[in-house]
Amino acid sequence: MLLRERLLNLLQPAPRERFYALRDVSFSVGQGESLGIIGHNGAGKSTLLNIATGLCPPNEGVVSIKGRVAALLELGSGFHPDLTGAENVRINAAMLGLTRRQTHERFDAIVEFSGVEEFINAPLRTYSTGMMMRLAFSVAVNVDPDVLIVDEVLGVGDQEFSAKCLERILRLRHAGKTMICVSHSLQTLSELCDSGLWLDHGRIMKTGPIRQVIDAYSHSVATQGIGVQ
Amino acid sequence: MWRGDSLFLLENLVLRDFRIRYRNMSLGVLWSLLNPLVMMGVLTFVFTKLFPNPNRQFPVFILCGLVPLNFFTIAWVTGTSSIVDSAGLVKRVPLPREIVPIAAVLSNCLHLLIQVFLLLSVNLIFGNRINVQWLWLPVIWGLEICFTCGLALITSTLNVYIRDTRYVVESINTILFWLVPVFYDFKQVPQRFSAVYQINPVAAMVLCLRDILMKAESPHIVTLSLLAAVSVGTLIAGLLFFHRGKRTFYEYI
Repeated sequence: MLLRERLLNLLQPAPRERFYALRDVSFSVGQGESLGIIGHNGAGKSTLLNIATGLCPPNEGVVSIKGRVAALLELGSGFHPDLTGAENVRINAAMLGLTRRQTHERFDAIVEFSGVEEFINAPLRTYSTGMMMRLAFSVAVNVDPDVLIVDEVLGVGDQEFSAKCLERILRLRHAGKTMICVSHSLQTLSELCDSGLWLDHGRIMKTGPIRQVIDAYSHSVATQGIGVQ
Repeated sequence: MWRGDSLFLLENLVLRDFRIRYRNMSLGVLWSLLNPLVMMGVLTFVFTKLFPNPNRQFPVFILCGLVPLNFFTIAWVTGTSSIVDSAGLVKRVPLPREIVPIAAVLSNCLHLLIQVFLLLSVNLIFGNRINVQWLWLPVIWGLEICFTCGLALITSTLNVYIRDTRYVVESINTILFWLVPVFYDFKQVPQRFSAVYQINPVAAMVLCLRDILMKAESPHIVTLSLLAAVSVGTLIAGLLFFHRGKRTFYEYI
């Protein structure tokens, strides 16, 4: 808040209503489990993930995570158009928590997975959006965390690439990694996750096996539609 | 909660800034030399030809002032706006946020190295020899960098909550050119102000450089200890302040 806004607030002490992005949200995810979070836009899903990854401390409550966390809240963090693909991969890898040695070891695998080997030494601004996203995603899936937190970045690239990514994530799951993901694609969530959490206006509406939660959510969306008409 | 290689990340961020800055320029790194050379030329002209000046080695004298001041002013401003400029990153990637202003300051160090090289060359051209006191150089530069990092940590935090901070910093930098003995000798400062002058690490830095390079003396013990105390103190204060301040960054950027 700017200094002047603070001063204005002092002069007009109107009581303001507090807005709670999340309220009474409590849940746990065991090792090897995978939780899918669904809800309308503005329900608080991204806020929840931000709190879980430590970007934003909660006003009340406690977050505790055991294990190494990789947060994929945005694809291509740190990407800069003037740097080459290779340079961008290294920066992104460092940001996602890979060590120098790990980056060096996995570099070739990352480039190969993305499918942009030919252009890897060209500046990023010459890439198409799809190529950029593929490169970004390729770095992300090659990070080997204990806990993976993903925010609406699934479903990137063409079908072939999407299938590759899904397959890679499933592989992580079978290796016993824990996952929390947010997506609007209910189809993807039902494939990837065991349990679900439905958030609405910051409150938990339902938790349980993913299929049940998805059904409950879809049902409410459908009935709301009828209500409006 | 972020577990990763902080040094690797720092290195990458610093190199990234450096590459971005110079990649699209045709003369590239040579531009770093242009500013101090031009300033040196103009100031030498004004203060030797227009004002009488017995100093035979005025260009070296002036560069001893310009190089640290240049580094400090640019690094401080870049550091101040670093968190706000990297808002996307800070909001989306859970990295240790101290790295952002520190990387901003350090990326100016490569720029600095080139200017130091210029300073040492001009120094040698004017007949001053390499001497054992040059071993002090990495120490005092290290302290200067610590000081700048500390200040950047403080002002970058302030800048998130009070966006005017950046402009305040820029104004202070303008004044610094006059308050640091860049184009005048410390001897001309009246006794009653000299203590205050020495507390400013940038001024202390300039004085130490002149002692080492031009007079082949080791830096004055009082100046050096003040420089060390203020620099390290500022760095520690900066880290603590940032640690407290960064908790609510998320809501304000």
